Amino acid sequence: MATVARFEVEFTRFLDAEGEATQELPAFALDPANLIPLYRAMQLTRAFDTKAIALQRTGKIGTFASALGQEAIGVGVAGAMRKEDVLVPSYRDHAAQFMRGVTMAESLLYWGGDERGSDFSVPREDFPICVPIGTQVCHAAGIAYAFKLRGEARVATCFLGDGATSKGDFYEAMNFAAVWRAPLLIVINNNQWAISVPREHQTLTPTLAQKAIAAGIAGVQVDGNDVIAVHDAARQAAEKARAGGGPTLIEAISYRLGDHTTADDATRYRDADTVQQQWANEPIRRLRNYLARIGAWDPGKEERLLKECADQVNAAVEAYLAIPPPTTAAMFDHLYATLPAALQEQREAAQWFASHDGGGSHG
Amino acid sequence: MAELNLVEAINRALEWELAHDPAVVVLGEDVGVNGGVFRATVGLQERFGAERVLDTPLAETAIVGTAIGMAAQGLKPVAEIQFSGFIYPAMDHIWNHAGRLRNRTRGRLSCPLVVRSPCGAGIHAPEHHSESPEALFAHLPGVRVVIPSSPSRAYGLLLAAIRDPDPVIFLEPTRLYRLFKQEVADDGEALPLDVCFTLRAGTDVTLVSWGAMLNETQAAAEALAQEGVMAEVIDVATLKPLDMTTILESVSRTGRCVIVHEATRAGGFGAEIAANLAEHGLYSLLAPVQRVTAWDVVVPLSRLEHQYMPSVERIVAAVRKTLEGA
Repeated sequence: MATVARFEVEFTRFLDAEGEATQELPAFALDPANLIPLYRAMQLTRAFDTKAIALQRTGKIGTFASALGQEAIGVGVAGAMRKEDVLVPSYRDHAAQFMRGVTMAESLLYWGGDERGSDFSVPREDFPICVPIGTQVCHAAGIAYAFKLRGEARVATCFLGDGATSKGDFYEAMNFAAVWRAPLLIVINNNQWAISVPREHQTLTPTLAQKAIAAGIAGVQVDGNDVIAVHDAARQAAEKARAGGGPTLIEAISYRLGDHTTADDATRYRDADTVQQQWANEPIRRLRNYLARIGAWDPGKEERLLKECADQVNAAVEAYLAIPPPTTAAMFDHLYATLPAALQEQREAAQWFASHDGGGSHG
Repeated sequence: MAELNLVEAINRALEWELAHDPAVVVLGEDVGVNGGVFRATVGLQERFGAERVLDTPLAETAIVGTAIGMAAQGLKPVAEIQFSGFIYPAMDHIWNHAGRLRNRTRGRLSCPLVVRSPCGAGIHAPEHHSESPEALFAHLPGVRVVIPSSPSRAYGLLLAAIRDPDPVIFLEPTRLYRLFKQEVADDGEALPLDVCFTLRAGTDVTLVSWGAMLNETQAAAEALAQEGVMAEVIDVATLKPLDMTTILESVSRTGRCVIVHEATRAGGFGAEIAANLAEHGLYSLLAPVQRVTAWDVVVPLSRLEHQYMPSVERIVAAVRKTLEGA
């Protein structure tokens, strides 16, 4: 008997849960000026999450998916992206979206039930949030192929959860991108829960990163609560992709500290003690401890930052609440590039009824 | 002008558009070296290279899913699904993403994608190779559904589909691929989408059909003409969005309508046309609208498939029914 193939999956962490460096930090992390913006982005995401949940509870937005505890993944990865790259997010990736230039008011508009929230003013080529599970990996692979075909040094980056790795779309897209050597970065936010189903009931494989082996591409695992590890892995993968080295799969291990969405009650399927223990690993405290240890952070700076984040979130909420509802015709306006004649009558009828009953009666 | 069969016309349209628009990309299973299992893409990879005519891994979901990503980046992918019985894994992408991308981004991103797939029975194919799924797609907002009925229409409509800025499901009747040849000017001239074509003028009854069934429908019109019944024949061509104006105008003159399709009856696209006639053309009808369709059964294997598909006799019988009491 001969062994014809053998594989390893590497795990990387630079900061432990207390913010102690466990090994020499990568070059970018040696300068706190590079880390503080990442810290700020994580705090801003958390402030947004808190406010968004409050808005949902008071009926000002609809169902919302919080990124609580997973801020380092979106922030670390998007921080490694260039403006000309394209982000293909899932529904828990506003941390990355904000880094890309999606405004918090746009995000609130989306969760508040208005398609204009996906008409990003800044990252014009980024995809809107993907709600069906795992389908976005296919879109990202196609985008990456377009970059390759045109000879552009750009990277498509997509996020998915641990549950999405059970979908065929994930395997199919990873395989396509691998065969095409397309500049794709696939980031698994392994937050341990697909709604109520824990990671160990999702797949028997000890890592999700090893799923890359089936596609013949690199798969690495990082501590997803260590923004330095996430950022470093994403930067290396993006550089490799830009240089024609093909796709990389990054499994970022984190924990969903909140409910799946505001429509979920996680106390039904997991015990409070486990969640409480996981708070010790969360990413914000970890980086703060590190920055404080090297003298780059102090309570005064923290206080000022939290105030600044709260102000920014509050301003976004005000901006969102001031946006008038879309017109009735908006349902038809972007269905096709040019509205087919067959739909003109429906458009007019919808407008007539909206103007006569205010659009509020559905009897 | 070259005499082409339908599959050759498809090939010429793809070739024309690949040659004239660098954004066009053809992808699918066996479309490259092999030139497609029906030879629709023969010679294209040789001429345009493996980066624009891609043999993909075998995975329908990713063929359409990645094509959506390409389309959002401004490419114009023409994805082939080898048989429409295998298109269902891609339905998630067609419905949830291709048809919605423009709308959900308020026009910021669009999806100029064509999904080509053979459809229909009558070629003694194995299981899952003979389906007529057009009504499934015609139900979806944001997409177009186009079915050609002849080589020249296949050429012009496919060019239009590729040039259209929105997703088009382009179903090619397998039975017509090599059934007959026709003169096709390979001049890059597209035909209009979203309109019906009147293939034959008549005054007594309007026959409405699409795709391969126009073969039987036109034969029925010819048989009826021998009896002095003048049937107008309409090729719907684009099912979604539907040009009811042409159909209603015809029925307003003939007073009678028979809808012929190869797909099963319940929830079939004939029901949509019949409902529109009831809503907008009831008072011009002199007789109830008739539908001639496949039975509501699974497409049988080859020994029974001709009993499954509507025949000339069944169309003629339906027309006679509309003429009863006239």
